[in-house]
Amino acid sequence: MEPKTLFDKIWDNHVVEHIEGGPDVLYIDRHLIHEVTSPQAFAGIEQRGIKVFRPDRTVATADHNVPTRDQHLPIREELSRLQVQKLEENCRNHNIPLYGLGHPWQGIVHVIGPELGLTQPGMTIVCGDSHTSTHGAFGSIAFGIGTSEVEMVLATQCVLQPKPKKMRITVEGTLGKGVTAKDIILYITSKISASGGTGYFIEYAGSAIRSLSMEGRMTLCNMSIEMGARGGLVAPDETTIEYMRGREFAPKGDDFDRMAEEWLSLKTEEGAVFDREITYDAADIEPMITYGTNPGMGIPVTGTIPVVNKDDPDAGSYYKALDYMGFRAGEPMTGKPVDYVFLGSCTNGRIEDLRAFVRMVRGHRKADNVVAWIVPGSKQVEKQAMQEGLDKILKEAGFELRQPGCSACLAMNDDKIPAGKYSVSTSNRNFEGRQGPGARTMLASPLTAAAAAITGKITDPREFL
Amino acid sequence: MPREKFTILRSPFVPLPVDNVDTDQIIPARFLKATTREGFGDNLFRDWRYTSDGTPNPDFVLNKDTYSGKILVAGKNFGSGSSREHAAWALYDYGFRVVVSSFFADIFRNNALNNGLLPVQVTEGFLQRLFEHSATDPDTVLEINLPEQTITVVATGEHEEFEINAYKKECMLNGYDDIDYLLSNKDKITAYEQSHHK
Repeated sequence: MEPKTLFDKIWDNHVVEHIEGGPDVLYIDRHLIHEVTSPQAFAGIEQRGIKVFRPDRTVATADHNVPTRDQHLPIREELSRLQVQKLEENCRNHNIPLYGLGHPWQGIVHVIGPELGLTQPGMTIVCGDSHTSTHGAFGSIAFGIGTSEVEMVLATQCVLQPKPKKMRITVEGTLGKGVTAKDIILYITSKISASGGTGYFIEYAGSAIRSLSMEGRMTLCNMSIEMGARGGLVAPDETTIEYMRGREFAPKGDDFDRMAEEWLSLKTEEGAVFDREITYDAADIEPMITYGTNPGMGIPVTGTIPVVNKDDPDAGSYYKALDYMGFRAGEPMTGKPVDYVFLGSCTNGRIEDLRAFVRMVRGHRKADNVVAWIVPGSKQVEKQAMQEGLDKILKEAGFELRQPGCSACLAMNDDKIPAGKYSVSTSNRNFEGRQGPGARTMLASPLTAAAAAITGKITDPREFL
Repeated sequence: MPREKFTILRSPFVPLPVDNVDTDQIIPARFLKATTREGFGDNLFRDWRYTSDGTPNPDFVLNKDTYSGKILVAGKNFGSGSSREHAAWALYDYGFRVVVSSFFADIFRNNALNNGLLPVQVTEGFLQRLFEHSATDPDTVLEINLPEQTITVVATGEHEEFEINAYKKECMLNGYDDIDYLLSNKDKITAYEQSHHK
């Protein structure tokens, strides 16, 4: 038998049927839903007169459209409130467990899946959200889908998907001081561009990847979609097993040991062939920041904005991005003023991210010119942060811990960056208007965000380490 | 449930020579609060189409009388970013039935096909020729022939073939729907569950 990749093993194990000249019918182990991309799918199955096929494989939360303050009060904005109520109604009618506002497990769908142990190695996981790729950190095939596909999964627990090509990205070596998983993924994206991964599913490998915590691996896999890749995964190892142990929905006792053994066997076999292979040296990666309007437009925080020749075919789109940002080619990034700092999102809203931010701001004060939003990824992250006293340290440094949700990552709720303002954000997208109409986003790690919050300008975080 | 069928479309096109048009540009997140599929066309390209005070931006192509049609021709890597199907709904609701680009993001491509909006991928050279045509003659008509899988500039005969998988082609031609297909295969799905899940 030909050696198989990890991706092939999981995919092939979930194919119900292959349609000749078309996609595969892929069985889905876990379907995560939220308020924004599910209502039309429920309406669809109701129109067909059918019920959700496997409610026990479906889990819901409210995250995209919820306020990050006063969550005990009714949502003020009418449309948002109705959307969240619709989710509650749909879950009730179809017997789907919902960890909504007020529930101790509520949070960003890609934060709560892993922390509850709903996400497990070897699974297929989908959600109507492109950052579903996050769950690949556990060695699962996880990808975002549209609402028609949400309807398919509600109706049949399957999606029709063409099998993607396979890419392996290997990062070997030791990461430098102040270099995090976020910097790795911003670095890779800057190298292969915001579309370089389109058509592929990525396996991340190499010693630098294996050295990452589960939180770091989630940050990495989370942004696979920012290269256009449908998803990314990391083979399970002892770090994965230790994270899984004791989680609410993880197997228990002997079952856990049996599953752990199976999970550890999930790896790409020697000699398996990828459609594309890229290797990077961890020593080349520095703390990164973006200067443009797609996540591929990143440079080391100490770098200068690239100069693109006006004759270049991409010059039009490139200078349109710089105009939007109010930047000029050739300028350095350090020293640029910052108005807002956002720590949170499914990319960097986990406990490790809060700890990193707090470690850096402890003993300093938030710069007066900066508005900072510190948003935990889930109720459990919030609780843990309080148990560790992180909220107090933040308060002493002039910051406030808000309540969980997607918040300023996509600015569906009230957390919008005003037009023209500069935001250093630990989220995943710097698109025009992503954080609010006219907002100017610079993506960076929690450490770089913390350094900017203290100094009020773009700063190399290594100055504080 | 049956959808609109697609066979051959002849129409002038709207040029949008911008690369990396992400789904946040197609439909910003703050307009995703509706719980139905209708009406998203009003906010298609909202922040490019309207100024901050809500008046139409005269420089944006959808606000120019010069260009019209059921075909949008856009720069490479169209539909990147968020999986929001609202982007496909907004384009369809506005009246587009075809998007032409030299490169599409994967999720957008699926979402478009699932909603009767045909993504037509052409070479970068052909795409640039289309933009040149639109500059010299804004009424340039394209023919999109799905059975033949061709896109043609009607006046000059310049054409290219495009790819679409055989299954999706059948669906588009006949207005079939993936969910009907899956529901008709429930037995196979149940059999899979029995053999794979302990």
